[in-house]
Amino acid sequence: MSAVVSPIRKPLITGNKTYHQITEDLISPTEKTPTKEWVIGFVISVAVLTFGVFCILWTIWVGIGSWNLNRTINWSWDITNFVWWIGIGHAGTLISAILLLFRQKWRTGVNRAAEAMTIFAVMCAGLFPLIHMGRIWLAMFILPYPNTRGPLWPNFNSPLLWDVFAISTYLTVSLLFWYTGLVPDFATVRDRAKGLRKKIYNTLSFGWTGSAKHWQRWESLSLVLAGLSTPLVLSVHTIVSFDFATSVIPGWHTTIFPPYFVAGAIFSGFAMVLTLMIITRKLLHLEDYITVEHIESMNKVILLTGTIVGVAYLTELFIAWYSGYVYEQFAFFNRALGPYWWAYFGMMFCNVVSPQFFWKKSWRRNITLTFFLSIVVNIGMWFERFVIIATTLARDYLPSSWSLYSPSWVEIGIYAGTFGLFFTCYLIFVRVAPVVAVAEIKHILKSAGNQYIGENATQKQTHNHDHSQTDHH
Amino acid sequence: MANNNHIEVIFGLYDDEEDLLLAVKAAKRDHLDIYDVFSPFPVHGLDPILGLEESRLHQAGFIYGALGTLTAFLGMTWIFTKDWPIIFGGKPFWSVPAFIPITFELTVLFAAIGMTVTFYIINGLGPGVVNTYLDDRITDDKFCIAFDKSSVSIEDAQSFFKATGASEVNSKTI
Repeated sequence: MSAVVSPIRKPLITGNKTYHQITEDLISPTEKTPTKEWVIGFVISVAVLTFGVFCILWTIWVGIGSWNLNRTINWSWDITNFVWWIGIGHAGTLISAILLLFRQKWRTGVNRAAEAMTIFAVMCAGLFPLIHMGRIWLAMFILPYPNTRGPLWPNFNSPLLWDVFAISTYLTVSLLFWYTGLVPDFATVRDRAKGLRKKIYNTLSFGWTGSAKHWQRWESLSLVLAGLSTPLVLSVHTIVSFDFATSVIPGWHTTIFPPYFVAGAIFSGFAMVLTLMIITRKLLHLEDYITVEHIESMNKVILLTGTIVGVAYLTELFIAWYSGYVYEQFAFFNRALGPYWWAYFGMMFCNVVSPQFFWKKSWRRNITLTFFLSIVVNIGMWFERFVIIATTLARDYLPSSWSLYSPSWVEIGIYAGTFGLFFTCYLIFVRVAPVVAVAEIKHILKSAGNQYIGENATQKQTHNHDHSQTDHH
Repeated sequence: MANNNHIEVIFGLYDDEEDLLLAVKAAKRDHLDIYDVFSPFPVHGLDPILGLEESRLHQAGFIYGALGTLTAFLGMTWIFTKDWPIIFGGKPFWSVPAFIPITFELTVLFAAIGMTVTFYIINGLGPGVVNTYLDDRITDDKFCIAFDKSSVSIEDAQSFFKATGASEVNSKTI
């Protein structure tokens, strides 16, 4: 019955783990008292979040006038941050859904944390359009419900309303997918706990027993949710790009936007996963589960998507020139050489040049370099959205209305506050749930090539160990 | 398994999924009626030898998805052609291409919510459900085969567990 194992495939989990060791390694971080690093990180996050909440309340109280938007630049940091967070929120579902369909087993090391990151990033993203409405207490007007205003319905032809449906669906489906994966792991936490903690985790685990029929249905559900999430994740950023592409603004009105936005979203999402996972694996000592192989695989995705994004930038430039349309040509001339030239070249360097370092294998496997570049990529992707939104709007059809923009302290505070929200949620998640999917890791332990004996074998006693571990009859 | 009729079970714990698979095969060969099998993760290859039929959950998912498609498309059609037609940008009232994004999103949303809720209901799982767990280590590193004492005698079960290499044998009322 033993699985056929490729002799050239390296193990996905290093350190010759047994099932029980996996449980110990992955569950124990939720059982210990928080470390000093965690407490410091949590206090800072909550402080920044508090300031962000203050700035949001300030915006609601004073009005959108507290931001530095004007008649010309009527979208700027708000929508830049919205698109940036949504982009980051794409890696989780990509890792869990698309890599599940492609049978990429290495995803099990990072999918749980990436899905959590997705949910928190989408929460941060969703804040911006809501507060940008100005009158947040009327936010339910965007939902189509029978109302006393006619009933007057929202405009179903508007990409802004498509966004409402896309993002709320994405958040809901990601939550369901994530939580269904967590249920068996919460059961593992429950069965190690005592007293009140056991009661809490019993509630969280929904009374999971591990019955064969339940597992069968669980796998069926996971597979279908993955199949549904795959087009969903592509649709979400496509629809976000429609917010721009269906307008008639030069530089926005382009058919390349959907694939270019999706590639950019995966690019920035993987960068954020790398930033977080490199810190998490170090602090929680998960080096055996999130190995250098994982980092290398993700760097390959970064290299691919970064290059796609680079090709898209150049295609845009070419098409602007080739179109012979003077307004389109001016939009791109203005992006590269106008008042915000530094944002354009920052974007070009961070998104197109920096990932090219990853052609070299030893650099892909260099954790310090990866960490540094993952942050560079995130900065670059923020610049990209700023270039598309603020730079383009700053120079519109009418030179007399040309304007410039810099954020007010309120806008900076809200953006900082979303980092506070993101990290507060992430740090709580790290404390209450296993960061690596325990059941899924156990499932791939043996089929993952622990008989690997190639030149890069990390353990020399693999062969002996195999016997003691599997104990074949 | 949220039933109120208590069942006396005798169960054996195995240390490895390979042992479990061989034991389940042996039980089928000996015509011992297995009450249930529990494991810390899905064991592939178990379902066919245990005789579990393929889950029909994905068929339910299709129906929920189709319901979402119809809700969205027919809803928007009714609203924009019958209930309150408005001209947007000189386009027809019934502008089908513009309805596609929301139709797609609601298809996914209905299928995902419907399937997940169905999954928990048919499994008898949910917040506040308290099941009797045979052993705390089943969610850690033990693989368990349970027999209903009313259908398999204790002697048969014990000799079966001994022959198939179970590391522990216990009884419990669930």
